[in-house]
Amino acid sequence: MSMLLAARNPILRWSYFLEQWDRIQGAIFQHLQLTLMSVLLGFIISAGLAAIGLRYRWSIGPITLFAAFVYTIPSVAFFGVLRTTPLGLSVYTVLIPLTGFTLLILVTNILDGFRAVPASVKEAADAMGMTPMRRLFTVEVPVAVPYMINGLRIATVTIVGLVAVAGIVGYGGLGNLIMEGIRRQFWSPLTIGASLSILLAILLDLLYFLLGRWLTPWARTARS
Amino acid sequence: MDADLKGPAIRFRGVTKRFPGTRTQAVDNLDLDIERGSIVALIGPSGCGKTTSLRMINRLIEPTSGLIEVEGTDVSSQPPVELRRGIGYVIQQVGLFPHRTIAANIATVPRSVGWDKARIDQRVAELAEVVGIEPSMLSRYPDELSGGQQQRVGVARALAADPPVLLMDEPFGAVDPIVRSRLQDELLELQDRLHKTIVLVTHDLDEAIKVGDRIALLNVGGVLEQYATPDELLRAPANDFVERFVGEGRSMRRLGLATVADLPYEAGPVVEASADVAAGLAVIDELRTDWLGLVDDDTFLGWIPREELVPGADLASLERFLPAAQVEPTSTLRSALEIIMTSRTSVAVISDNGRFRGTVTLERIRAGLAGDFDAPTEHAA
Repeated sequence: MSMLLAARNPILRWSYFLEQWDRIQGAIFQHLQLTLMSVLLGFIISAGLAAIGLRYRWSIGPITLFAAFVYTIPSVAFFGVLRTTPLGLSVYTVLIPLTGFTLLILVTNILDGFRAVPASVKEAADAMGMTPMRRLFTVEVPVAVPYMINGLRIATVTIVGLVAVAGIVGYGGLGNLIMEGIRRQFWSPLTIGASLSILLAILLDLLYFLLGRWLTPWARTARS
Repeated sequence: MDADLKGPAIRFRGVTKRFPGTRTQAVDNLDLDIERGSIVALIGPSGCGKTTSLRMINRLIEPTSGLIEVEGTDVSSQPPVELRRGIGYVIQQVGLFPHRTIAANIATVPRSVGWDKARIDQRVAELAEVVGIEPSMLSRYPDELSGGQQQRVGVARALAADPPVLLMDEPFGAVDPIVRSRLQDELLELQDRLHKTIVLVTHDLDEAIKVGDRIALLNVGGVLEQYATPDELLRAPANDFVERFVGEGRSMRRLGLATVADLPYEAGPVVEASADVAAGLAVIDELRTDWLGLVDDDTFLGWIPREELVPGADLASLERFLPAAQVEPTSTLRSALEIIMTSRTSVAVISDNGRFRGTVTLERIRAGLAGDFDAPTEHAA
């Protein structure tokens, strides 16, 4: 019985993959687009929040608390609730929660990056006659870059997974294929959606790794 | 900058610093003149304001009241950014920029002030040689260097735009004693060539004595207790605090500071080779020693033990023992003492480029340290 079922509903039917290639391609593109847009937006907002936090130390607590609160909202509920608002089924319904989920990871990593700049390095920069702006952009930001890239890396991989969840409202890139597979009890789209989502996460992770090596040659040469 | 080349390079006048929220001053009404081309060591217990005083010079800290002049100009009248580009700064943790190569670190200030690339490259290569950094290291990053190498780069970076004044905050505090001693020697060699005005904060009295032309000893609350040369500080502490601070081992420390030339020379148990045995015996009897030295004109010939001095012997033909080592007028009393302790004759021979000048004994050194010869000593050329 199960053998028969498996024969009719294999893990992956290759013909399905070829027939549906246009749809799959579109799903990959949407998945990538949602991921990169939310991470980019999240990074811009987080940079702003981190700047406020570094300028007014007391605000770090509330900022982190806010980001952590957003992070704890179950993603399914977040998408579902926004779906019922006037936003309806638009890109914003998905993009707003996704962006929100990146904040905690990005804000904490950016702040960690700036806090990792040794006091002696800042003192030396001042004593060499650097203006505060020059110190920020030629010393503090570059020294914080490895932390920022690390934050972006974790946020991106997390978001690739969460975009798939947005398939629940029908706007989730490869998540749409996964949902279709579940609804139709048909393995092929589910397998394709899930494995491509994983592959995408791994590829992006690798890209960040290479970006990190390229941007911070000094960080990997440390004596160990 | 209108350099007032006659006055001191750095002048503190009535400088007081009180940090907000504290009751006592960090620095209290400080007057200090730092002579151009000299090294002044600021020393004292923690809380004495030595680092605060240093950091007020380049306006990393602003004084509450009082005046600080660098090269004749009130520092508060200069924008901090410009002021600091003209003052070298070296700190204990070095603070090299980890994301920049060694060459780029050294080039920090020249780049800020807009030198062209060729001039910067040339200056970086020059400084690498001055502080002893291999050219191959210039393209590396700070984390690849040892602590001592990093500190050398820190000094090179501070010297990059050739500032007349160099501020150093416990520059050798983070390296091990052997490296520290070598870096101190290098600083002194550097100073022989560059003649900078250097203010150095330290908590190590031996370091202050070794590198300082003068030492400013501060007490808790930022009170200047004594400002004097190392020898003066050890020989004549101004008060109980100074005496306690320089503490035990004052005489031992002075051994490394005072030189043989600070003592009046004495001939010692030495006669001309043409003298007869009776005259030689008379000399060593009077000085109560068992060895007689022989000189021929200006050359020290060697030592003869008392047993050989039998009546009728010819002094010049007796077997002589040459001293293993001699001292120069510029030698420290420490090295003279070393020779006295290791020679059978208990006497060190002073030789000035091979010419016999006299002898040093333990008693002479003791009297010297006790201040018996405090009046300036003059030696016939």
